[in-house]
Amino acid sequence: MENAVQPVLRCTGISKFFPGAIALDEVNLELYGGEVHALLGENGAGKSTLIKCMTGAYRRDAGVIHLSGEEVSPANTKDSQALGIGTVYQEVNLLANLSVAENLFLGRQPTRYGFVSQREMQKQATEILQEFGLSINPAELLSSFSVAIQQVVAIARAVTLSGKVLILDEPTASLDREEVDLLFSVIRKLKERGLAIVFVTHFLDQVFEICDRATVLRNGRIVGSRILADTTQTDIVTLMLGRQLESKVHDRVVSEGGKKLLELKQFGKRGVIDRFDLNIREGEVVGLAGLLGSGRTETANLIFGVMQADHGEALLRGEKISLKAPRDAIAHRFGMCPEDRKTDGIVGDLSVRENIVLALQARQGWFRPLQRSKVNELAEAYVKALDIRLASLDMPIRLLSGGNQQKVLLARWLATNPDFLILDEPTRGIDVGAHAEIITLIEELREKGMSLLVASSELEELVAYSTRVIVLRDRRQVRELKGDEITTQNIVHAIADEKTDQALRETA
Amino acid sequence: MPHGMNATLKRIMPQLVILAIVLLLNVLVFPDFFRIEFQNGRLFGNLVDVFNRGAPTALLCIGMTLVIATKGIDLSVGAVMAIAGAVAASLVVDGHGWFTALLGALAVGSLCGLWNGVLVAMLRIQPIVATLVLMVAGRGIAQLITEGTILTFVNEGLIHLGAGTVLGIPTPVLIWMGLGAFITLAVRRTALGMLIEAIGINESSSRFAGINSRVLLVSVYLISGFCAALAGVIVAADIKGADANNAGLWLELDAILAVVIGGNSLLGGRFSIIASLIGALIIQSVNSVILLSGMPPEFNLVIKALIIIAILVIQSPTVKHALYILRASAQPIQPFEKTEREEPTQ
Repeated sequence: MENAVQPVLRCTGISKFFPGAIALDEVNLELYGGEVHALLGENGAGKSTLIKCMTGAYRRDAGVIHLSGEEVSPANTKDSQALGIGTVYQEVNLLANLSVAENLFLGRQPTRYGFVSQREMQKQATEILQEFGLSINPAELLSSFSVAIQQVVAIARAVTLSGKVLILDEPTASLDREEVDLLFSVIRKLKERGLAIVFVTHFLDQVFEICDRATVLRNGRIVGSRILADTTQTDIVTLMLGRQLESKVHDRVVSEGGKKLLELKQFGKRGVIDRFDLNIREGEVVGLAGLLGSGRTETANLIFGVMQADHGEALLRGEKISLKAPRDAIAHRFGMCPEDRKTDGIVGDLSVRENIVLALQARQGWFRPLQRSKVNELAEAYVKALDIRLASLDMPIRLLSGGNQQKVLLARWLATNPDFLILDEPTRGIDVGAHAEIITLIEELREKGMSLLVASSELEELVAYSTRVIVLRDRRQVRELKGDEITTQNIVHAIADEKTDQALRETA
Repeated sequence: MPHGMNATLKRIMPQLVILAIVLLLNVLVFPDFFRIEFQNGRLFGNLVDVFNRGAPTALLCIGMTLVIATKGIDLSVGAVMAIAGAVAASLVVDGHGWFTALLGALAVGSLCGLWNGVLVAMLRIQPIVATLVLMVAGRGIAQLITEGTILTFVNEGLIHLGAGTVLGIPTPVLIWMGLGAFITLAVRRTALGMLIEAIGINESSSRFAGINSRVLLVSVYLISGFCAALAGVIVAADIKGADANNAGLWLELDAILAVVIGGNSLLGGRFSIIASLIGALIIQSVNSVILLSGMPPEFNLVIKALIIIAILVIQSPTVKHALYILRASAQPIQPFEKTEREEPTQ
């Protein structure tokens, strides 16, 4: 078992117990220098818990951690940073209102006569950023850069602070392809430098692209570790799910849909999204495709009344309606699962039960409370129907995994019996199992005659369930694909064609 | 939402224990503390006094609990008490009946609450700033109403609200208990409580779920203003006069403290009105200990502060965690043991 090369970090027998649950059960993990190690598993498998035990954010209940051969026991994240273990999270943990340089040197600013030496700090910051392939002005505010660049700054800070082990927790979840490339080039450089890198993600393609080895967790146990060059995606997915994933791609039902439900005429808002026409029929799934920032979320928000359109009109079954607030939309039997589940979706401290009935109760008004028995009946029915995994209906929803939270949000809207459901990135950041279930659910709902508008950055997914796909770019609709036209290739072309057009115009 | 009696009891248990301890302290300094006598058709006793004197804070903390549950705060309640007292006094002095005076005061108090609510919910001003406006301006308004004097009155009906009894029980006690029970039922038997908590926890998610957060926010400030007005009338009735400068002075801080001692988070969300009311009784019991111990009055505020710091320390998450660890190490928990035993054999 012993390798000739000593691992940089070795975890042996790590266990962590939560009340009523074993989160980690004697997990062993070895990280080698110059290696990118993927940590995989469904939501709730124990990836985050393992990372938190490694960085001292959680106190582990058993197990030993060796760093470069010496036993260490970080008591908190600051401790682990000093030891050499740096972590970068999906949501950038930096201060957006400070400059890039200040973020890099926060807490250890170069000083001169006891004062912070701005010049020295800028100089050093520029050098560090150049090492990471960024030529940006470090004096500018962090918030003026894209998430990807902020992510790289966070990595730069973590690496300069720590420098032995770098843990990346879903760093690419909110990045588009180009930004991912930027991040990967940085990761490759760090790999050459001999850092041991842990990469946590839900994107298997990215795992195979950047990682050398993968360790798969399931229910708090290690179920396997693979050298990625010798394995296949199916093998990894099988490990994660513990069963052979049956090929889900079945023939798409070509459907024109039924009667016209919603008609938007020259709908739009200045500076947010260009005016557009959109018709949605009963029993139709309209997909919204486009890059990040192309206007998918904006379209969804405008229709649900989160933002008010400043032009155009909306007709529901031929009658003009006003969509000034989500309340208006809900009154017309619309529902929406927003892109940002945490800030716009769940009400963290309320129980799962309350989260399920929230929209229905809000529509009924506070003076007409749902009966206790009705609430339980609804909650239990949806927990069963959507296979929501939880210890109790009374537990706060924030304790559920991402996939289960998403299912609760779907249950919240299904409980209101909507005619029209808007789903913005319904499968983002959730595990493979829940992913497949949500896709199946979308198809079932359509077959029952519900209309859906689904925005997603996963093209295969859109192709699987959409009866029509609308492609957006630069905040306007550029193409509508129907029937057999709906293929990932065509969607990519629709996005890319426009791009070359623009490039031509710019060079002309 | 607590499910049934057990959950409610579990929620208020820490507050009940603290109340019991402070009441025992009272007995230590004054052995006859629990003695209650019935004389001249009225209950007398130190315990009755705690319930009676605690009425203004208790009334304030009912509204304050709801406001704090929405992540807000209402600093104006002390000033609103002064306004309401002044309105009630000037109405009876002008020859109106006590009931008209009460209604007038409550209406003006509710109007003050409405003002706060509009500033917070419609204009989106931070609650602490929005209510600070009325906290400062309110006493001025009250002084304008009383024309700068302490407006005294002799209306029996109004005085009865503060100093009278019903079936031997002081009227203020009945009023705060009645209102407390009514509002608790009103928020828990309807969906109001859950919706208020939802707003306090995550207003954006609540909006996406279709909750009308503006109306709810305005309502909680309105309820807070109403509660403050009732407290103001009781205080004025008790001293048979409206003192614009001193009525309800600093009482907003006692009310906030009662809510905090009641274990409600200032960050909003889950709330318990009953726990806040027990918090108000705890504060009044602390006042009583200091009074009965016969300490020189100049020590009062310092000792009160010390006792309250002790209560808050006991409730702090850090101490709670330490206590939990202590208990856990006293009676070994299985998983820890298992791995510890296995380790040496490896």
